[in-house]
Order: sequence, then structure tokens, then C-alpha cells
Amino acid sequence: MSERAQPLIVGAGPAGIRAAMALVAAGLLPVVVDEAPHCGGQIYRQPPVDDGRDARARYGSEAAKASRLHRDFAALTERIDYRPQSLLWNLRDGVADLARDGVNHRVSFDGLILATGATDRVLPIPGWTLPGVFTLGGAQIALKAQGCAIGSRVVFVGSGPLLYLVAWQYQQAGVTVAAVLDSAPLAAKFNLVRGLPLAPPIVLRGMRMAAELRLRGTAIHFGVESVRIEGTTRVEAVVFQSGRGGRRLACDGIGYGLNLRSETQLADLAGCAFRYDPRDRAQLPVRDSSGRSSIPGVYLAGDSARIAGADAAECGGERAALALLEDRGLPHDRAQAIALEAELRKVDRLRDVLEAAFPYPSHWADDIADDTLLCRCEEISAGEARQAIKDFSLTELNRLKAVSRVGMGRCQGRVCGTAAAELLARETKRDIASVGRLRAQPPIKPIAFSMLSDDETSERQHEPAH
Amino acid sequence: MSRRIDTDVAVIGGGLVGSSAALALRGMGLSVALLDKGFCGAQASGVNYGGVRRQARPPEQLPLSQRAHAIWPRLKALIGSDGEFLRSGHLKLARDEADMASLEAYAISVSSFGLDLELVGHNQLRERFGINGDVVGGSFCPGDGHANPRLVATGFAAAARRAGAEVLENTPVTGIARTSDGFAIEAAGGVTLTARTVINSAGAWADQFARDVGEPVPLIRTYPSMVVTEPLAPFLGVNIGMEGGGIYARQVARGNFIVGGARATALDDPDFSRPGSDGVLGIMRRASGLFAELRHAHAIRFWSGTEGTMPDRNPVIGPSSTTPGLVHAFGFSGAGFQISLGVGEVLAELVRDGRSSTPIDAFAIDRFKTTSHDGDARP
Repeated sequence: MSERAQPLIVGAGPAGIRAAMALVAAGLLPVVVDEAPHCGGQIYRQPPVDDGRDARARYGSEAAKASRLHRDFAALTERIDYRPQSLLWNLRDGVADLARDGVNHRVSFDGLILATGATDRVLPIPGWTLPGVFTLGGAQIALKAQGCAIGSRVVFVGSGPLLYLVAWQYQQAGVTVAAVLDSAPLAAKFNLVRGLPLAPPIVLRGMRMAAELRLRGTAIHFGVESVRIEGTTRVEAVVFQSGRGGRRLACDGIGYGLNLRSETQLADLAGCAFRYDPRDRAQLPVRDSSGRSSIPGVYLAGDSARIAGADAAECGGERAALALLEDRGLPHDRAQAIALEAELRKVDRLRDVLEAAFPYPSHWADDIADDTLLCRCEEISAGEARQAIKDFSLTELNRLKAVSRVGMGRCQGRVCGTAAAELLARETKRDIASVGRLRAQPPIKPIAFSMLSDDETSERQHEPAH
Repeated sequence: MSRRIDTDVAVIGGGLVGSSAALALRGMGLSVALLDKGFCGAQASGVNYGGVRRQARPPEQLPLSQRAHAIWPRLKALIGSDGEFLRSGHLKLARDEADMASLEAYAISVSSFGLDLELVGHNQLRERFGINGDVVGGSFCPGDGHANPRLVATGFAAAARRAGAEVLENTPVTGIARTSDGFAIEAAGGVTLTARTVINSAGAWADQFARDVGEPVPLIRTYPSMVVTEPLAPFLGVNIGMEGGGIYARQVARGNFIVGGARATALDDPDFSRPGSDGVLGIMRRASGLFAELRHAHAIRFWSGTEGTMPDRNPVIGPSSTTPGLVHAFGFSGAGFQISLGVGEVLAELVRDGRSSTPIDAFAIDRFKTTSHDGDARP
């Protein structure tokens, strides 16, 4: 009888780290795969090399959490099979393929915790592909991990708590933040009052950031519409409508984002059932309160199945690990599981408030101009997609992909998929829930043609040395 | 919600065969209902490799293939899109002298069909086609090429719709019954049809309809594995294949290099499949061996689909041997893309005239009729 394979955790952010800790505490030796060179995920991302800044400078108010997670994970390294800088590009029947340094490694696993996190959600606006335009997350990573700013006079555009956080972090770092352009009306922010009793420190911190931004000269515009980014070879200005009239602000960098979207491709490859989630306005893998997916042995933690933020990711990662232990017939802390679920429910209520306070401007997709690029990988304009929908009487997202190439390029729809679904729903006057979702196929991200498989490398090692 | 449709012809399966037949039938003035269990052109017709080639087909397929060959350049007029059809030529490569000898033998065996095959040696492969890999020669068919299956398959269904065919997607057929003057068909969503003639062009799902009328066929499902790179500078102007299999590749105008040459595996739901890691790693390795340009390329996408394959690699085309008014056309065994355009016309002729002006005897369904008791299929 061969020994049972170890569980596999994908992602070494807050969810993946807490999951690994819980599995190690129960005596397992999980494989932890992560694309980054160091643990922390996007939120607590570490610099590639030490740049002399301390955690406080890098993570601000979240420094203590970041440091604790980094420390906890470092303490695990002897007891996990850690695979940093590895892209899990294919997944099937208990076998995963990992690309690392041009070599493919095959890993067998029993139990899968997906802690794949999220990326920025965007809708195309004129000029969104000009050099100098970054997603909010990208702008934040440049600052956090590399100590770089995306420009010297920067405007932040979009919606979501990250909009204010990144603007504030840039201002703290000494960058001129010309303005924050919030797509939501000021009235939406009154929803935060409901959030105060749920999470006083979080809400108060957000309010303080907005106040400090203003105090130091950053204009905040609410209810911003018709945003257009101008420039010839790179960003030169942003033009927008707000309140009474139009405005134009000169700038050399733009951070843009409309909240986050879950990274769900591996859940799809694992066979998980999906359903439409109205709060995230996305098709998401189904999970129960413990993190169990529709597939036995596959667990979904953190933002990978619904956006809830880093604190929830820590809870969700640990909770999913406890579920895995229970399903594997191992001792697990039932009281802790109950406490974690209570905490997750609390965060969930806060998310409802945040979504109301920082709403996603889905109506922006109403007037994506025909000449605006919809899919930047395949260079498909909104007009071309509209034409394809009309010519072929399309009603389903994968069919739109098939005939127009939207979502067929390098990003596999991770960037343009949101907008493509919105566009299809509008053109066909259907509910966004009914236009389907882009089916994932391997490789979930590009892989090198020249990649060797690990058995080839081991053959090489057996070659006599000369 | 129920719906009743009376039509001359009901076509089951909106792939390239069914939708090109529907379009041709509309051209003859017959009323047509085109039913698909999912979306038209979403299966093998839309997810195949995109090779538009006559070369390497068995001689019995060539009359039909030549008929299709005449249709391909007229795509724009026919369906309103050229389907990215490119008459690039098809080059079949030989790895060794034995393979080269079989290419030579093939060229002789089909010399009467007018394919204009040209045998090329190793040096010419390098000079004319930029191919430096471990190959000794090849056979070039200048009139062949490649196209975008996603556009062609969907384009025919859209053109049939514009021409007045009733296109019913997401409408699986649940029952067919012979009536005194034709057929009564039941389909999902409360759709009922009466039709004088039925075409079974249901691809990998066609065997169930054949079985229902007492004509079981040894159809199996196969799943190709395709690999696509990011756009690369142009380096391959022809559609290439390899004698004995293993690799086929083309580069599209946008620069993406598309290569296949391994089977994929079915998922739990056998209507869906996904390329396996070993298969695609093997394809990528073989392609890199042939083209140095791929050394730094990235694969951005794989794809697969469901194909209906017959043991003798020939399709079933022609009237049912048990059921008057029923015509079969399926089982194209991974090589249906080019030939389908001719098949559509042939099916329309069979419906209208009861006979085809192109020979199709080799594809009769009764070739699988068994005389022995064990039920073995004999090609």
C-alpha cells in the first residue's frame, strides 16, 4: 500500500499561509506552490531583494499582520514542500504541472486548497492601454515591492477601498497625487456609517485616509463619469465629467481599477461548479461556509472564490485546511472552525457595506465607444465585438470569444472578460448572469515552448560529466 | 412553451456539414430547420486544426474533396466572410527515406486527380520553406491551404439563418419517428417538427440516431490537442503535416503559430475534453525541433474538441439503408474541415434529386453491416 499523497496549496498569500500552518500543525507536509519568489501574496508582497525599508514603510497600518505572516511562513519551510516561482499551468485528477525556470515538474497530490487570490477588475476606457496607465494593484505593487512610483504627478481613478488606500500610500511616499476620481457619488459613502459598528478600525482608517489626502492637497471628485485618458505616446492628462462640468487634469501616471476579481481558472480546471454572484457581479466557483467546493477534496480559500480581503483570507485559509483535515479523517479543531466561520460571516457583512459604499460602475460599459480597445491582447475593439455579436446572433461568451477572439490572447480573458460579458449582456439585452463565463483551458498563463519535463532533466543529471 | 415547425428538411447537427447543407438547401428553395444540441459550429467543425487540404486523403475522398476545393475561394460571396482562408499550399514532410517513398507512392496513386503534387528534397525544404529540422524531403500541394475553423463553421450557420433557415440552437433532438409522409421530430424546449427529409449530421453524436434506425456504426470519439503561440514574426508560409503523423502546423496572418499532433482526453462529461500535459509537451518539443523560431516562443492557449472517428477513417455519407428519407453525413475522422463544404452540396443534391453528382459510394453506411454473429464491424 503506497503512502497517501500530500495536499497541495496553490498560493502563498494570507490564505495559503494560514492553510499551510493548519495542515503542518496536523502533521501533514503540504506542497505549497506560488508564482512569486517570496511569500505574502499581492497584499503582503515582499521585495525581490532587501531595499532597506522596514515593514512599516512598506505595509503601513498592516505592517504587523504582514510581518507575522512572513515570519509564520518562514517557520514552516522545513515542514512543507515549498515551490516558489512556480506556475501551476495544468491540473487534472490529482496531478499538477508546475513550470519553474524552464522545467516542468509534475506533482501528485491528495487534497487541493486553491488560494489563488484576485487581480484588478477593469472596464476599458479611452486611453486605458497608454503607457503610464497601471491598475491600482499594479501601482501598489510597484511602490510596495519595488519602491517605485508609476509617475511623478499621478491621478487615481475608479472605485473601491483600494482607490483611496493606494492614493494615500503614494502621497505618503512623497508622490504628487493630483486627484482621486471616484466613480461613486459621495452619497454612496454614507453607507460606511453602517459599517462602523462592524469594523470600527477599518472604516475609521479609511475615513482618515480620505481626510489626509484632502488635507495635503489631493482633490477628490465623486460621481465621476466619461473618463478619458489622453496622450500621444504616453499618459499626458485625464479628462472626465463630474458634477457640473468637464475637467482636464495633466498627469504622467494613472492608477485605475474597479475593485477586484477572483482568479478562478484553477477551480475551473479542477472541475468546480460555478454560479453567478450578484455582489461580485461575476461567475464564481461555489463554496460552502467551510471552503469546500463542489468537488470532494478541492477547497477554495480567500479571494479565489469571492472578494473579501486579506483578513478574511487568513480565516478562510485556515478554515479550508480544517475542512481538509476533517475530510481526511484527521483530528481537527472543531471550535476553531466555528469561530473562523463566525469571523468570516462578520467580514461578509462588512463586504456588503463596502460594496454599497464603493459600487462597481457597471453602467460604464453602456457607452464603451466602438473605437475603444476591448481586448488588448488580441487588439479587438468594442465595435468589432459588437459587430460579431450582431453578425452571428451571439448570446454566449465562449461563442463571442470563438468568433471575435476576445479573451483568446495572453491573458485568456482575465483582463477583458469582465467587459466582454458586460458588452454581450447589453447588446443582447440579457442579464449578465445569463451570458455564461469564459471556460478555462490550460495553460492558465503562457508557458515556454522550450520547457523541459523533469524526467528529461533527471536524465541529464545522469549523463557522465566530462 | 411549445413550438411546431413544418419543414421540408430537418438537419440535426449545426456543424459545417449540417449548416453548409442547410445553406445549399435554402439555395434550392427548400425550407430547412437546423437543430443543434448546443451552439452551431461549436464542436469539431469549429475547433479543428483548420487545415484545408486535399493532399494525403485516400483516393476515394478526392472527387468530393475537389468539389469542396472549388468552393473555398468563394467563401466571401457564400457566407460573407473569407474565414481567413489562405491558399498557402500544404507541405507533407518525410522524416526518413521510407516516409519519402510513401509520399512518392501517394503522388503516383492520385496523379489522375489534378492535385499538382510536387516532391521536394531536403535542400529545397530549407531554401523554399525555411524548414531546417530533421526531415529528408516532402510533398507540396500548392492549391491547399488553411483557414479559421471558428469563423467558417459559425459563418455557414449564420449564412443559413440569413438565407431563411430556421436555426434552433440549444435544442437537442429527443425523438424521431417515421410517419406516412416523412418524420415527426421532438426536441428540447417543447419543439416538435414535421419534415419530409432528415439529415443526420450530428458529428460525434450521430451514432445514436443511426442506431435508432437499426444502423449501428462503430463510431468512436477522438479529441485533438492544439497548441497556439503568441503572435510571432512570420516564418512559416505553408500548412505542414508529417508523413506518419506526429505534427501538423500553420502560422496565421496575425502571427500565431498553431500546432497539433496528439490526442486529448475526455473529461467526466465525454462531450468535453482537455489536452493532457504530456501530449502538449510532446507537441511543443517536436515543433521546436523543426523550427528554431519557436525556441523563445510561449504557448498561450491549448484547445480540444470532440470528433467522430470511423475505423476506416472514411466518413459515412449517403441515404440510410433502412429508413427512406433519412440521409447520414458524419464520422469525418478528424479530416472533415476541407471536405465538408462539398458534402453540404452533395447532401442538398441527395435531398432534391435522390442522387449525388459526385461519387460517394465508398461512404455508404451499409459497409458496416455485419454478417457475422459477433457484431464486429468490418471496414
